[in-house]
Amino acid sequence: MRIDKDLVAASATPLVLGILTEGDLHGYAILKRVGELSDGGMQWTDGMLYPLLHRLERLGYVSSSWGTSDAGRRRKHYAITDEGRETLAERQQQWAVVADALRQVWQTTQQAAQGPRMAGGLA
Amino acid sequence: MTGELEAQIDRWRSYVQRHQAISPTDIDELEDHLREQIADRKATGLDDDEAFLVAIKRLGNLDAVSHEFAREHSDRLWKQLVLVPENAGESAPPWRELAVVLLFALGAGAAVKAGTTLVSDENALARNIGLFVFPFVAGYFAWKRRLTARVAAALIVPFVILAVVLNVYPYATGGSTELLTVLHVPVILWLLGGVAYVGGRWRSDRRRMDFVRFTGELGIYFTLLALGGAVLIGLTFAALDMVGADFEPVMEHWILPFAVPGALVVAAWLVEAKQNVVENIAPVLTRVFTPLTILMLLSLLLVLATSGGLTSIDRDLLILMDAILILVLGLLLYSISARDSLAPAGLFDALQLILVAAALAVDALMLGAMLARIAEFGFSPNKIAALGLNLLLLIHLIRSGWLTLGFLRGRQAFPALEQWQTRYLPVYGAWAVVVVVVFPLVFNFA
Repeated sequence: MRIDKDLVAASATPLVLGILTEGDLHGYAILKRVGELSDGGMQWTDGMLYPLLHRLERLGYVSSSWGTSDAGRRRKHYAITDEGRETLAERQQQWAVVADALRQVWQTTQQAAQGPRMAGGLA
Repeated sequence: MTGELEAQIDRWRSYVQRHQAISPTDIDELEDHLREQIADRKATGLDDDEAFLVAIKRLGNLDAVSHEFAREHSDRLWKQLVLVPENAGESAPPWRELAVVLLFALGAGAAVKAGTTLVSDENALARNIGLFVFPFVAGYFAWKRRLTARVAAALIVPFVILAVVLNVYPYATGGSTELLTVLHVPVILWLLGGVAYVGGRWRSDRRRMDFVRFTGELGIYFTLLALGGAVLIGLTFAALDMVGADFEPVMEHWILPFAVPGALVVAAWLVEAKQNVVENIAPVLTRVFTPLTILMLLSLLLVLATSGGLTSIDRDLLILMDAILILVLGLLLYSISARDSLAPAGLFDALQLILVAAALAVDALMLGAMLARIAEFGFSPNKIAALGLNLLLLIHLIRSGWLTLGFLRGRQAFPALEQWQTRYLPVYGAWAVVVVVVFPLVFNFA
């Protein structure tokens, strides 16, 4: 299943921050992790990850450092900062509220869908 | 990796380099990504060509990615916007903008010439001279940015109000409120010009910072033009002197009224068109002048501290020191605007902190001297205007110093310092409005 573009965009920041709490990573590894976590459902345009990372860096949520890869290439690694962790905690709460609201709405729609049938069964 | 693949990556690199919003280090980062993607694709059995194509495809449309980078790094966007006009294409011939600029420059010159001819009262002329030039500089940006009617109204209404105030107020001859007005009107016009420059997006911190950058650049280009003009005029003077012709009346009545405002409009256009050239000089200039300014401030402090009591500092010196502090502030703003906001804290940031500290010391000394003078001689419009300005500077400097310190110690990100600068700018405009509009009323136009 492909996830809607807007939904991907909205979840990008908490997802990246969450992945970085597992440890410092470079861009490609972050994308791979996103793919693993969503079973390939969340397809990002690879190039768009970097402006996002730079924005998070400007906001102070992540810090970056240049290192070298196993193949000896220059590679930029990203790490989450304390401020990033705080933001992530905030976002988690927001998403929890959203998810909870959605779950309730779906429960009621399910009940509404099942309701008449159950009533008919009882009668 | 094979030679063919390397060549393909090289071609890709040089293609990406054409996108000004993507810096060389960003390209390194993207290239690392591309190579890793290629290696992974090859591991699943694709050949070089296929792997390269898939990796490129997954990286996304380069124009869209570049646009994202530009949005994030508006300092780079700034370059891009100008060199590639929004509806890029060959529709507008290059000479058209030049023609428009020259028309605006001539218009500014004609307005000043008409003003100097028609207004005989020198004080009235001094109050109004900015009003003659402003419409042409703002007009150029209105044309360039295609301002909406709302933004145009936001420019015209304050301009008209200002013009009315300047010409309806019955200033007392030789009064200090008139002199204060003459000094503060340019600040109001400058910020109004900023609204035109940012195309109406005055709430955006990034666009405000672009305007700060623009102002610094404008100063540099205007100085360069003035220097060139002075050399030409000097040589002409000397040559005409040899043959016995008197050049001075032509110079005073025709060349200066046209050349000075015209140069301002042309300088504004040059900043827009040739940013890249000066952009490379800006960080160098700020790095040269920051240490020199620190030395200047420290020696001033030493002299002032050893020259006796605070009340002995006389009025002219206070005005001069205000001018110096404003210059220091300009340097601070300009170096912050020229700095890459992602670069880690370094020696230069420490130097900047010293500069702010030295300026603060001078400002505190000035405030002390002013309060002493007010205690001794009482209030006057001049003293309150100076006191207000110094208080504004004090707040600006203290917070800048605090944020720079935080940045050096790794507790603050650099953008916090940038935001403080851009958000504080309108305060100076508000103060200038108070001085121009309220002061004459309060002090009876004295």
